[in-house]
Amino acid sequence: MVTSTVLAPPRHYLNDGYGIKSWLLTRDHKRIALLYLASVTIFFFVGGAMAVLIRLDLATPVGDLVSDETYNKLFTMHGVMMVFFFLIPVIPTVLGNFLVPIMIGARDLAFPKINLLSWYIYVIGGLFTLYALVAGGVDTGWTFYTPFSTVSSTTNVIPTALGIFVTGFSSILTGLNFIVTIHRMRAPGMTWFRMPLFLWSTYATSLINVLATPVIAITVLLIAAERVFHFGFFDPRVGGDPVLFQHLFWFYSHPAVYIMVLPAMGVISELVAAGCRKPVFGYSFVAFASLAIAVLGFLVWGHHMFVAGESVYSALIFSILSFLVAIPSAVKVFNWTATMYKGAVSWETPMLYAYGFIGLFTIGGLTGLFLASIGVDVHVTDTYFVIAHFHYIMVGGTIMGYLGGLHYWWPKISGRLYNEGLAKLSAGIIFVGFNLTFFPQFVLGYLGMPRRYHAYPPDFQVLNVLSSAGASILGAGYLIPMVYLMWSLRYGRLAGSNPWGAVGLEWTTASPPPTENFTQTPLVSWEAYDYQPPVEGHVA
Amino acid sequence: MPDAAPHHTAVAGLHPGLAHHFDSVEQQTEATTLGMWVFLGTEVLFFGGLFLVYAIYRTWYPDAFSAASHELDVTLGTINTAVLITSSLTMALAVHAAQLGQRRLLMVFLILTMILGAAFLGIKSLEYYHKFAECPGPACHVPGPAFQFEKAHVRHAQIFFSLYFVMTGLHALHMIIGVGIMTWMLVWAWNGTITKEYYSPIEISGLYWHFVDIVWIFLFPLLYLIGRHGH
Repeated sequence: MVTSTVLAPPRHYLNDGYGIKSWLLTRDHKRIALLYLASVTIFFFVGGAMAVLIRLDLATPVGDLVSDETYNKLFTMHGVMMVFFFLIPVIPTVLGNFLVPIMIGARDLAFPKINLLSWYIYVIGGLFTLYALVAGGVDTGWTFYTPFSTVSSTTNVIPTALGIFVTGFSSILTGLNFIVTIHRMRAPGMTWFRMPLFLWSTYATSLINVLATPVIAITVLLIAAERVFHFGFFDPRVGGDPVLFQHLFWFYSHPAVYIMVLPAMGVISELVAAGCRKPVFGYSFVAFASLAIAVLGFLVWGHHMFVAGESVYSALIFSILSFLVAIPSAVKVFNWTATMYKGAVSWETPMLYAYGFIGLFTIGGLTGLFLASIGVDVHVTDTYFVIAHFHYIMVGGTIMGYLGGLHYWWPKISGRLYNEGLAKLSAGIIFVGFNLTFFPQFVLGYLGMPRRYHAYPPDFQVLNVLSSAGASILGAGYLIPMVYLMWSLRYGRLAGSNPWGAVGLEWTTASPPPTENFTQTPLVSWEAYDYQPPVEGHVA
Repeated sequence: MPDAAPHHTAVAGLHPGLAHHFDSVEQQTEATTLGMWVFLGTEVLFFGGLFLVYAIYRTWYPDAFSAASHELDVTLGTINTAVLITSSLTMALAVHAAQLGQRRLLMVFLILTMILGAAFLGIKSLEYYHKFAECPGPACHVPGPAFQFEKAHVRHAQIFFSLYFVMTGLHALHMIIGVGIMTWMLVWAWNGTITKEYYSPIEISGLYWHFVDIVWIFLFPLLYLIGRHGH
């Protein structure tokens, strides 16, 4: 074959086949990542629309926008869509799918067909849930507590439960794929301790995915089956125990919090190293902290039942174990901070999200310790304090991490640069809007405003109006990246293979990468985050 | 220009079963085997939720579980256990035949495994049929509004029968999927995809089949044999 000197446009995964079939039947992990990007974004905005309605209704003390039944359905569908169809899949399926093979120097995930299958399973589960929405919604709360969900509720519990059941298999298959890929597909020289920390946290997340998700699958299946066949597992009239449902539910749903936040922590490790031009401080501590969080996360579910008739001894044990999770979490926060110390700290958009994550995650984590303390928890159970706490983790943590990662890797994914000014502006708007939305909710909860009511005493109105105002700012902040990222696809400047000057295998290949990721299998002979230290005495 | 050549064309004489993104059949075998083990880990937790429910209610209601267990057909249950263990033997022999590249023998053992699996499902359906035929009636053991348990002094028997139907039902679903996988493997054995060098599909299908058998090995005593000793 004669090498041509004519410059043809380089082949990459985006122009390797056009048309709907080349996308819907693709086995390329990068294209599947984009399929997921489109679908989780849809669910994010549908779930976000519910949040908008909730906050609008709460702008006045009397529930005058929607009826109480509609309000119940709004917060239920908001929770179901955001938790199961956005927060849990978002980072693993979008950034993880795109990056895991590239970061280890592989051509694809171990099971490309199963990867595509998992997207279809996600879509089918999503359709069940959207059907439940258009058929009239569900009013049980995203937690489906029995016996309300099995006996009393007259809404669309069964399609929603089936949607969650089906989507669970998508998580399981994605986790399985990542575990096998990381074990078996690493390029020569890519040892475990040379892997980027994003992969350690993805690996830890995948362990939770394959070991916890089946339990929620069987649990929601039992909910649906109880409604159809009247099994009575959770029905006291035939000897069943409603609290058993709570145990089964939280055995998954507490680890699910770590499914949401661990991948974001992995993203932050990448952003901090690249943004400070330094290796992450205490690499192995951060790596093992991910595994420790995954393991401990399985042992703390009982802190959701402090007021549900749990024995005082179990409550004590669950309280102590919940406190233990703070240790590996704090290891990460301290190590990121230590990485920044004397680093060439950057103020580019991805780093703005990293700063936001570290601050907001710290607040979310510390208020988690309030809730792990039994006495305080009894006082604030089912109040807005809990709402604020977990939104600091899920929105302030997971979404900040996701947006930071999306901005950091966008040039690699699309081959284009976005408008840095607009990106910084929207990062600032999101940070301000987020805090204005959720900080007042800590105060509201501490003062005693319960969650899941559409009316409240007039004394709480000022704080609620602040929160609703913040939500509108936050909503605008989320819309701006949609616009400039789409715009950059066509009009953005070409990024080149390494716009950040970062290290890591993903920056050694073209942007966008070729379908097979690398023209030659990389041979890794360097450690992770191999940034050159600044010359001594260079800065006087 | 060797640099631009796709990786897999660099190696000559590749097996047709080798996917493009693996470097060797060994790597692919290791990956698929690990994948199946991870999946079985998921399955353990899936059934684990039900075993937890079982453990709690059996501890709470031992008398109801013992009385209700006596209403199951222990003869059919025992026959089914024997059928399933035999199917595990034929499955193991199928893997052995695949390793030795004995295509005809492999197909025979796969067919035997499928027949035994179908026999298990047939006997299970018969047991289900007997239970449903008694409804509505004084001995209706199908959970629901028509549920009746003759030993009126025993409360909470319905929980046992609910567990019986859910656990054996999900196990049967896994059996049906297993027979489907065996059909697929039979096609691969027939058309020559399975060879002495590339038999991991048979091996990991066997892992799945044995797992489903092991679930039954737990279900049988837990459901059929409660309180049957010392009488």
